[in-house]
Amino acid sequence: MTVVQEETPARAPEKRGRLGEHSELGVSLLLFVVGVLVVVDTLLESGAGSDSDPLGPRTVALVLGGALLLLSVLLTVDVLRGGHGEAEAGEDVDLSTPPDLRTVGMLAGVLIATAALIPLLGWPVAGVVLFWGATYSLGSRTYLRDLLIAAGVSVAAWVLFDGLLGVDLPGGPLMGVFG
Amino acid sequence: MLDSLTHLMGGFGAALTPANLLFAAIGVLLGTAIGVLPGIGPAMAVALLLPVTYAFDPTGAFIMFAGIYFGAMFGGSTTSILLNTPGESASVMAALEGNPMAKSGRGAQALATAAIGHFVGGLLGVIGLVLLAPLVASVAVDIGAPDYFAVMVLAFVAVTSVLGSSRIRGFAALAIGLTIGLVGLDPLSGQPRLTFGVPQLADGIDVVIVAVGLFAVGEALWVAAHLRRGQQEVIPVGRPWLSRGDVKRAWKPWLRGPFIGFPFGSIPAGGAEIPTFLSYVTERRLSTHRDEFGSGAIEGVAGPESAASASSAGTLSTMLTLGLPTTAIAAVMLAAFQQFGIQPGPLLFQTEPDLVWTLIASLFVGLVLLLVLNLPLAPAWAKLLRIPRPYLYAGILFFACIGAYAVSGQAVDLLVLLGIGAVGFVMRRYGLPVLPAIIGVILGPDAELQLRRALQIADGDVTTLVSTPVAVTVYTVIALLLLFPLVRKVLPARGTPPVDRDREGTPV
Repeated sequence: MTVVQEETPARAPEKRGRLGEHSELGVSLLLFVVGVLVVVDTLLESGAGSDSDPLGPRTVALVLGGALLLLSVLLTVDVLRGGHGEAEAGEDVDLSTPPDLRTVGMLAGVLIATAALIPLLGWPVAGVVLFWGATYSLGSRTYLRDLLIAAGVSVAAWVLFDGLLGVDLPGGPLMGVFG
Repeated sequence: MLDSLTHLMGGFGAALTPANLLFAAIGVLLGTAIGVLPGIGPAMAVALLLPVTYAFDPTGAFIMFAGIYFGAMFGGSTTSILLNTPGESASVMAALEGNPMAKSGRGAQALATAAIGHFVGGLLGVIGLVLLAPLVASVAVDIGAPDYFAVMVLAFVAVTSVLGSSRIRGFAALAIGLTIGLVGLDPLSGQPRLTFGVPQLADGIDVVIVAVGLFAVGEALWVAAHLRRGQQEVIPVGRPWLSRGDVKRAWKPWLRGPFIGFPFGSIPAGGAEIPTFLSYVTERRLSTHRDEFGSGAIEGVAGPESAASASSAGTLSTMLTLGLPTTAIAAVMLAAFQQFGIQPGPLLFQTEPDLVWTLIASLFVGLVLLLVLNLPLAPAWAKLLRIPRPYLYAGILFFACIGAYAVSGQAVDLLVLLGIGAVGFVMRRYGLPVLPAIIGVILGPDAELQLRRALQIADGDVTTLVSTPVAVTVYTVIALLLLFPLVRKVLPARGTPPVDRDREGTPV
C-alpha cells in the first residue's frame, strides 16, 4: 500500500462536554426550522381549495409542517431523556474516532469548486479537479499517481458519457480540438 | 395462468436477443463489481448507474437494472464473507457464518454456497413473481384513489415502524423526505411551494439528484469523516466449489429460504433484513449441526442468502404490480421508471406487457448469468476489496456528480447535490434511517395526488377515504402497527424474548 494515510490527532473525549453530548438537539432545531419554513411559506401563498379540488394545495403542506414541528418537540424530549440515534456503521467506517469534519469540509469545497469550473473549463478538466481534490482530501499523498489516475478517469468518463452514451457533458476549451 | 406463460415465452424471445443479453451481462457484472466494493450498496449502485441508461430504450435499461439488483445483492455478501464487516443489513447474516467459514479455510465453499443460494432463491422468487404478479395486478386494477392513498400511508408507516430502533427518528426522516418532495409547483393548482422564488426549484428537486445525494454523496461524506485508518484483512480465496457433503447440508436451506424471503420482500418491511434473520434462526433450529453455528455452519449461509435473493423478487413484484417501493433500491428503480415516463402499477401489465414480460424473462437470464459468471470470477472480485479508499470514494463522488449534472445539464445542480448530501450525512450521524426519506420523496407527491383526487371525486366528503373494504383493512393494519409497541409496553414483562437472545453476538 503506497497510499499514505493522513494522521488525525486523536481528540480527548472529555473535551466534547455537554454540548457535544447533546449535539443531536441540532437535528431537533433543523426539524423545527424546516417546519416553520413549510408553515410560513404555505400561509404566505394564497389559494384555498376550490370545487374541483376541495383540499387545495395548502392542506397537505400545513399538516406536514405541523408534523415537522411536533417531531422536533418529540425528538428534543427524547434526547433530553437520554435517547440517542445510533450512528451508521459500515465497511470503511470506524466509529471509535471522532468525526473528522476537516476532511468533510474539504470534500464540500472540492464539489463547490467543480460546480464553478464546469462552465468555465468543461467536464474533463473539472473532473480532474474533482477526482484529484477528493483523493487529496481523503488523505492520499501520492500526488503524481493520483493526478494521472484522475486524468484517466475523467477523460475516459467524458468520452464514455458524452461520446458513446449521449449524455451532454461540455468538453470545454481544452477538448475543443476534438470537436 | 396460461396467458402468463405465453407472455413469458414472448418475453424470453425478446430477452434472448444479443443486445438484451449483453445488457443483462453488463448489469450483472457491474452490479456485482459495485456491490463488492465496500461502502456501495445496491441502492447506491442503481442510483450511480442511472445516467448510464439514459441512452438506452426502457427495456434495455430495466434489463440492466434487474441484473444490477441481483448482482449487487450477491456482491454485498461476498464482501461480508471475506471482510466480516457487512455494508448492508441484508448481508449481516451471511457474515455471521460465512466469515468463520472463510477464516477456517472454507471461503471457497462459503462463496459457492452464497452464489448457489442466490441462484436458487432468485429462481424460486421470480417464479413466485410470475405466478402472483399478474393476479395481484388484475385485482389491483379495480382499486381506486382512496385505496391507493391508504396503501401509500401503510408504506410510510411500515418503513418507519418495522425497522430501526427509534420511531421518532424514522418519522423525522420520512418528514424530511416528504418536505423535499413538496418542493416545486403543485401539479393540480400550479401554485409554487417551497420554491422561494428560485426558478430552478419550480420543477421540484429531481428524484435522481435526491437519490444520488442521499446515497452516494451522503455516504461518501460520512465515510470520509470516519475513514478507517489502515487496511482491513481480506481473506484470500480460490475458485468456489462444494463437496457432496456440503451440498447435502445446504440444499434444504436453499429451498426453504425463498418461502421466508419472498413474502417479506413484497411487503414494506425493509426488504431482506428481517427474512435473512428469520431464515438464519430457522436453519439453526432445524440443523443437525447446531453446535457448528457461530463457527461456520454452511446452513447459516445457504438459507439467508437464498432468502435475500428471493426477497428481491418479492420487492420487484410489489413495485411492478402496485407501483409501491418497499426497499430503497426499489424506490430508486421506481424513480428510473418515472424518468422514462412509465408509471409502474396494476395498469403496467396492460399498457406495457412487452416491457414487463421481457423484464421478468431477463430476471431468469440474469440469475443464470450471475451463477455462471460469479463462480469463476470470485477471486477477481475479492481483489476489488483492496482498492485504496481515497480512489474508491473519489470515484463515488465523481460519478455522483456526473449523474446529477446529466439530469438537466446545470452545474448548479451540483450544489443541490451537495446540500442533499449534507442532509444524508447528518441523517447517518444521528441515526435517522435513509429508507423512509427516499420513500417519502418518491411516494409523497403521489400520495397527495391520490388523496386530493379521492376527495375531488367525493366532492370533499372525507368519509370517502374509509368507504371501501380495502381501505378499511389497510387502516386497521396501520393502526395495529402503530399501537403494537404501546401494547407491548403495557403488558407485563416476560423476560427477554427469544428474538433478542438470538441477536446477541451479531457482529454489526
